Amino acid sequence: MTSSAIVGVAESDLGVTNKSILALQAQAIIRALSDAGLSLADVDGIATSGVSRFSATQVADYLGIQPAWSDSTFAGGSAYEMYVARAAQAIQAGQASVVVVSFASNQRSAKSRRLGGVVESHTPEAQFETPYGPLYPISYYAMAAQRYMHDHGATPADLAQVAVLAREWALMNPNAYRYGSVPLTVDDVLNSTMVSSPLTASDCCLVTDGGGAVVITSLERARDLRKDPIRILGYGEATTNTSMSQAPLLPTGARESGERAFAAAGLSPADVDVIEVYDSFTITVLLSLEALGFCAPGEAASFVASADARLGGRQPLNTSGGGLSYCHPGQYGVLLLVEAVRQLRGEAGDRQVDNPSIALAHGTGGILSTHATVLLGVDR
Amino acid sequence: MIEDLAPVPDEVTHEWWEATRESRLLLQECNGCKHVQHYPRVMCVSCGGFDLAWITCNGRGVVDSFTVVHRAPHPDLETPYMIARIRLDDGPTLVSRIVDSDETELACEARVSLDWQEISGGYRLPVFRIEQ
Repeated sequence: MTSSAIVGVAESDLGVTNKSILALQAQAIIRALSDAGLSLADVDGIATSGVSRFSATQVADYLGIQPAWSDSTFAGGSAYEMYVARAAQAIQAGQASVVVVSFASNQRSAKSRRLGGVVESHTPEAQFETPYGPLYPISYYAMAAQRYMHDHGATPADLAQVAVLAREWALMNPNAYRYGSVPLTVDDVLNSTMVSSPLTASDCCLVTDGGGAVVITSLERARDLRKDPIRILGYGEATTNTSMSQAPLLPTGARESGERAFAAAGLSPADVDVIEVYDSFTITVLLSLEALGFCAPGEAASFVASADARLGGRQPLNTSGGGLSYCHPGQYGVLLLVEAVRQLRGEAGDRQVDNPSIALAHGTGGILSTHATVLLGVDR
Repeated sequence: MIEDLAPVPDEVTHEWWEATRESRLLLQECNGCKHVQHYPRVMCVSCGGFDLAWITCNGRGVVDSFTVVHRAPHPDLETPYMIARIRLDDGPTLVSRIVDSDETELACEARVSLDWQEISGGYRLPVFRIEQ
């Protein structure tokens, strides 16, 4: 249990924005501060990445502030869950009083995404993996999926259930990229273009612009602000690999990350009312649900296909529509937090889960490289 | 070989890449604790020792997992092609290609043996074929 809380959340414009990264960052941050009833002058901590070499410094400069604390840990999509942990620690230690965690990308407008990913020639992967022509990160998740199917007798139809569920939620979320489209079927996913077997295009997340921001302060101060505080109950993380050759495929580092978070919060998976896990690919969700302890090994697909994961169910899963059908700006982790907070506040509109008290946000970065879990709860 | 994907050896990996010219797949063995590792590093990941010897791998192993790539990351790469993670009998795991094999033979735990593909600079790339 920490003595910090999330007091403001917001998205930037999403989808295809034709806006710059910093403009989207500023949008998300100002909107999140406004949600909290705070202003730029209150901010003394910045945590972000994906802007430039000096990401937090760059954003602070753009906002015209000189923070007392900053963090630009680069861990891909899980970094934002890590930032929540570090922000809570910085606030506890008296190093900062109001921290903004943010991310934004214009990858779709800017057409900056490459199938082979970013290759840094001085890394071991560039010498020993890149020459074989894997898609980064798709082929790596595809190999995790293939092994998962082998170990558990699962099929591509099991993976597809994750995409089907994501679309159902997106049809209830006006901010979702796929809002207003049609329901997805298992056959639609299976018949979609094969990219890197067994993953089809519909097993892969969207490529969109977008971003978000989360404002964190002490629980004491949070109780005097505009919205009800959402408490940071616990967090944990695990860093496992950059190369595929060294990756522990099953279970993933989500197991250690989750165990650490649940232990810190004094909670167990059964206590969670709404689950938000990173869905870079359909397989990511099955691996994470099992590693986090929500499902026994090999049983995640039947949970995903069941009423339990849906509106009115026992543990609604990925309620925004996720990276698969809502928004995936490259590092989706911050938007997991935004959705978890909205659900706990009761602000999720047509997709609102019935009176949840505890939410889990779990980020995954790289090629199942980094894992970070945050448990959030209402202040009762 | 597509130049964009070509390896750039450094002082630690130079000897490994040179051995590929003679179709030898090297692994590192720690003289202190006998741990065998790949990719090549300056130190042993098991004991931290810097006293490492090169050993030649017999090139036998199994498919740990695999994927068939249908959309290439580079316009000059012809699809489809098979990428696999190989668990060597000698211990280490590596990422490679499966060549001269039917896609229907490709399966987790299938046995594979070493083959070589010429790439730029006279280096050769270790690849694997499914054992019949």
